[in-house]
Amino acid sequence: MATSKQYKAIGEDLWKSRTDKINSELFALTYGALVVQLIQDYEDYAEVNKQLEKMGYNIGTRLIEDFLARSSLGRCSDFREVGEVVAKVGFKSFLNITPTVTHTGAPPPSSRPNSSTAQQSGVPGSSFILTLDENPLAEFVELPDEALEGGLWFSNVLCGVLRGALEMVQMQVQVEFLSDVLRGDESTEIRVTLLKYLEEEVPVGDD
Amino acid sequence: MAIFSLWVINKAGGLVYQRNFADGLAQLTSNEYLVLAGTLHGIHAITSRLSPAGSSSGAQVIEGESFKMTILLTATGTKFVLLTSLAEATADSVLQRVYEAYADAVMKNPFHTPEMPVRSEGFDTQITSLIGAGQP
Repeated sequence: MATSKQYKAIGEDLWKSRTDKINSELFALTYGALVVQLIQDYEDYAEVNKQLEKMGYNIGTRLIEDFLARSSLGRCSDFREVGEVVAKVGFKSFLNITPTVTHTGAPPPSSRPNSSTAQQSGVPGSSFILTLDENPLAEFVELPDEALEGGLWFSNVLCGVLRGALEMVQMQVQVEFLSDVLRGDESTEIRVTLLKYLEEEVPVGDD
Repeated sequence: MAIFSLWVINKAGGLVYQRNFADGLAQLTSNEYLVLAGTLHGIHAITSRLSPAGSSSGAQVIEGESFKMTILLTATGTKFVLLTSLAEATADSVLQRVYEAYADAVMKNPFHTPEMPVRSEGFDTQITSLIGAGQP
């Protein structure tokens, strides 16, 4: 288990070692065009949120392999460490931003959870909040009133990416935006809540 | 010192990629490869329970008289298996680079369905430059 500084250093190295970087404005424009097109197609902001999350899920399930292959990090020992790695290594190596992490402990368990899996500890219900002080997806975006009233989360794809990536490493999580500066809030916050650890799937014998 | 073949096994135990790199290897049918991969997957899962020293990963190297099998298990459950001669020392680093090629050429292709057999020219090309020409 590395310290916070070591994670920062790993994230920085990974970002630097990626030689193919694209223009951030092109990236922001592409994403913006995508969201606008989805709004035109679905005409329902809740549905657009859902679609963005689904797209993000697809991205996340693939992105995790790249992340693991390049970072050579092993399993996180508990959910707290997951938050640290996601913020300092994950976000840094892909978006070159480092959100701050705030861990919120688990709600008091009603009955003693028995952890039979020795590898992981972390009570379902624990969560962490990522506070993004900058968001490359939303560089020059100003939401129109209808989008604000409709409840659009512009960067909802990020929630899907986190959900997909963590599911591939056996964690079922719920990821949602708490606030967004695009909506006039103070800060952009994403909360990741651990629902449960997924047990290893026993392969169904078909042959 | 030689690399004989590479297998990639998905998290459910299905063989998604198989390629030989040397001549004179036993020619098995694709069905036989599937069965062997599934068996290896099961054995690998069992070996992690056999550890006398608490929790452990599954077997990483299995040696026989004339060959060695090195297994890289990723955190996502995918297994990369390299069969080499006993003297081959580079198996671990080769597997790590195969994993990177997999993350690039296979996972980043939006038209590739995860956990399904790999039919990717990009992956084949990268493996060829990494290990050498071979025949499937």
